[in-house]
Amino acid sequence: MTGPTPDDVARVFAAEYGRAVSVLTRVLGDLDLAEDAVQEAFTEAARTWPGNGLPPSPAGWIITTARRRAIDRHRRESTRDARHAEAALLHAPAEVPEEEPVPDDRLRLVFTCCHPSLAPAAQVALTLRLLGGLTTPEIARAFLVPEATMAQRIVRAKGKIRDARIPYRVPSEAELPDRLRPVLAVVYLVFTTGHTAPSGDALVRADLCAEALRLGRLLHDLMPDEPEVAGLLALMLLTESRRAARTGSDGALVRLADQDTSLWDADLADEGRALVRACLRRNAPGPYQVQAAIQAVHSEPPTDWHQVLALYDLLLALTPTPVVALNRAVAVAEVHGPAAALEIVDGLDLDRYHLLHAVRADLLRRLGRADEAAAAVEAAIARTDNEAERAFLRSRR
Amino acid sequence: MPQYLLTIHQPDGDPPPPEVLGPIMEGLDALNEEMQANGTWVFAAALHPPGTATVVRVRGEETLLTDGPFAEGKEHVGGFTVIRAADLDEALHWGGRLARVLAPLSIEVRPIHGGA
Repeated sequence: MTGPTPDDVARVFAAEYGRAVSVLTRVLGDLDLAEDAVQEAFTEAARTWPGNGLPPSPAGWIITTARRRAIDRHRRESTRDARHAEAALLHAPAEVPEEEPVPDDRLRLVFTCCHPSLAPAAQVALTLRLLGGLTTPEIARAFLVPEATMAQRIVRAKGKIRDARIPYRVPSEAELPDRLRPVLAVVYLVFTTGHTAPSGDALVRADLCAEALRLGRLLHDLMPDEPEVAGLLALMLLTESRRAARTGSDGALVRLADQDTSLWDADLADEGRALVRACLRRNAPGPYQVQAAIQAVHSEPPTDWHQVLALYDLLLALTPTPVVALNRAVAVAEVHGPAAALEIVDGLDLDRYHLLHAVRADLLRRLGRADEAAAAVEAAIARTDNEAERAFLRSRR
Repeated sequence: MPQYLLTIHQPDGDPPPPEVLGPIMEGLDALNEEMQANGTWVFAAALHPPGTATVVRVRGEETLLTDGPFAEGKEHVGGFTVIRAADLDEALHWGGRLARVLAPLSIEVRPIHGGA
């Protein structure tokens, strides 16, 4: 029997980092201390697991070790308050009491990271960092901003949580609707970041998708009457249902039209479609419901592009962003032809976004402008750090 | 208990006429009394207009006095309230109540260093 490899530790890190940080934040009452303690615990895991073997509950081991590290630290930095803090640490309950309405530390941490007094960009960055365990460079790449900017954003947000005392809790029922919008945005961004990992060899970081889905289900259980919560969950389920078909045996991206539909997960798709039907009946369409409806159309090939374009028209009216306009352009190409779509794409200010160049390349090729298409492919390759996407783009050279 | 500074920002210029200001001040008194009764209120002050301010600077040995506020703007700090609150959400609750009374004025809510 072979011991756990560094890859195994990395897998546990990806899966359990967020849980460990949220539990430690509750115990310690301090985000920075919690993060430091969890990172120290993982450092120790990387050192001892390969020799001693994987503990029976890696997550439990990490949390216990992190907690012990925090106590050690208090002993080392003996201040006037240290004895007090140590006592609090030792006596803090190991598990959350079940009678609380939402006994999930991660959800509490999401609402903390998404507090409306934090800038929206900081909310997302913080959630990815604290719940997803992503590094600052990974988050910077996902949001197309320089690393230093992202680092500063995260430090400033953590400072505000600490100094302004942003509470670590799920808001009361009365506050929930107002607090929900940033939470939904962040959960979806965690999902999309996992769906196309910003860097690395694999196209998908399954752990991030799983985390986002888990949070989505939790929110839906908590707020079954919020149509956008149902819409977001449906959108993620339908997208996730095609995951196995999105990459070929060589790891390269496979386009929707070329996917082997027998690889699609019918149960996830059914669950997603049922949610779409249920929330659309409420007739309060929001961006997530509309995007879920688009994915629902895609889930039953051949795609009805006229319906997809009509839904994108609605989506663009609800959220007029250049990324939505780019996606709509793909539908325009199917309905009105590549020339009409190219005109839209060329008017978008998204130069740093690799998919803009990938879409442009496709449209130029269909218009027979091979040289320009080749240049656009190169531009797209230069703008992604994801190996699977690069492999796909190279195949289109 | 942490303390927060609720700063009232108001546009430069004359205050509104008494028939507008009257009910606002009544609302403010009521809110202050409520905060005093439940232990939230620490201290509050209304300031004279920015034209009454003097800025003091020391350059070398010399103390320089300049007429007027530190920063000229379209808005100025008209007054402030210091409160005790368990966390930012509680402080924002009172900031929101104050903003409602003083609408359309804006309130800045900011933690006081060492206010724990």
